[in-house]
Amino acid sequence: MSLIRVEHLGVSYGAHQALHNVGLTVEPNEIVTVVGPNGSGKTSLLRAIVGAIPLTAGTVDKKPDLRIGYVPQRLHVDPTLPITVERFLRLPNGVDKQTLDTALERAGVPDIASRQMSQLSGGQLQRVLLARALANGPDLLLLDEPTQGLDQQASAAFYRLIEKVRRETECSVLMISHELHVVMAASDRVICLNGHVCCQGSPDIVSSAPEYRALFGSGTGGALALYRHEHDHSHDGDCDHDHSPKEAAE
Amino acid sequence: MLDDFMMRATLAGIGVAFAAAPLGSFVVWRRMAYFGDATAHAAILGVALSLALSTSIFVGAVAVALVMALTVSALSGRGYAMDTLLGVMAHSALAFGLVAVSFLSGVRIDLMAYLFGDILAVSRGDLGVIWGGAALVVMLIAWRWQRLLTSTLNEDLAYSCGIDPKREKLALTLSLAITVAVAIKVVGVLLIAALLIIPAAAARPLSRTPEGMAITATLIGAASAVIGLRTAYVFDTPAGPTIVCIAALCFVTASIWGGIRHLV
Repeated sequence: MSLIRVEHLGVSYGAHQALHNVGLTVEPNEIVTVVGPNGSGKTSLLRAIVGAIPLTAGTVDKKPDLRIGYVPQRLHVDPTLPITVERFLRLPNGVDKQTLDTALERAGVPDIASRQMSQLSGGQLQRVLLARALANGPDLLLLDEPTQGLDQQASAAFYRLIEKVRRETECSVLMISHELHVVMAASDRVICLNGHVCCQGSPDIVSSAPEYRALFGSGTGGALALYRHEHDHSHDGDCDHDHSPKEAAE
Repeated sequence: MLDDFMMRATLAGIGVAFAAAPLGSFVVWRRMAYFGDATAHAAILGVALSLALSTSIFVGAVAVALVMALTVSALSGRGYAMDTLLGVMAHSALAFGLVAVSFLSGVRIDLMAYLFGDILAVSRGDLGVIWGGAALVVMLIAWRWQRLLTSTLNEDLAYSCGIDPKREKLALTLSLAITVAVAIKVVGVLLIAALLIIPAAAARPLSRTPEGMAITATLIGAASAVIGLRTAYVFDTPAGPTIVCIAALCFVTASIWGGIRHLV
């Protein structure tokens, strides 16, 4: 049974339609990566799944008793709020010391339990957010651009970490990203989003799809251009972006 | 023991500190300082209305403060910046309140008592209202503590844990209205925000956890009330403002202490 089944999802902010007719599923023990340009509705999709914004159409079905570990895009801890890493991990349902240490260990940041949240570096904060998500023993991790602001090396390390966590805990992962190369190494399935699902498949298929190149330019796809992807993608003319395959420079 | 007006005043001050300090911590963390101010100013309109209708001042103040807070929450994000909206609401409510009070003929009202408080005139009944209201606020915040804290840190995180941040905000708004109403007698509407914010701000450099900050703020608030009253008695100064002055001195001391500790 799918952990999450999203069908015909629509989200609007006032007159602006951020998402329309989006469908996706996440199966047990699967890493799904959602890619798309800025403003393509990636974050809206995650927020709709956790229930932070109302749906204007469609449904989000979750497996009964699904435990979600949500890692937000960023967490601004106001300097007026004193809070240690340990205290943060105990929100909102207290966890015992053992679970807490295991989660920090697993996230690759042991020994920082007593540090102040506002004094962590970007990479440390990201791992603490992951540890908090892991502490509740999630069936599904939701990661919103977890490597934003990290350099290439740190991003790669973070993705390896996610892979390891998946192996150890057998949880599923739904991750938003715009770094295709690193994502490719880690994910079972990639979904290309721009208001709606443009295309999806295993990573190397997506990288050669015309939609993907149209969104990001041909710079990142050059090496993969030999792989021809047969697209059965059709539009009713209800979207405002260009789907025509761009002639690649190569 | 309650026959002594100084004893009643001290207990009233401590009671208000108990409610104001933990709530004030949230006001500081969520950057709602001006919101607290606006709610307090609106309460003077509540005082005028309850005098006109001969109802309890506590009820009138809570009602108007609540209406004010809910209106601001509902209107925010609809074309006006929050601080503009609060400025309009706070000062017009204060102005309408002052004008309304002037219409009340036959009742001799000491307006100063509501603007700056009259803690030395606290009766046994007032004391009951203050401690009752403070207990209500403390219980509400303690009950919602984890959820309030999660919502304060990150709203999406709260949603993902099944918490509705809007409901938690409502709990804070309600607490704020009650605290304002019980604090009118002690420091008056003009200085309530000081009692909310200053002890919490003073506690910040001395704390490592949210709970630590709320407890330290409570101690600082209560100490300010006790020392402030004693000082006012000795130097014959107005009691409410003296309490706020002592709290401000605590803030300065704590900030310097925090700065020194940071340097060493």
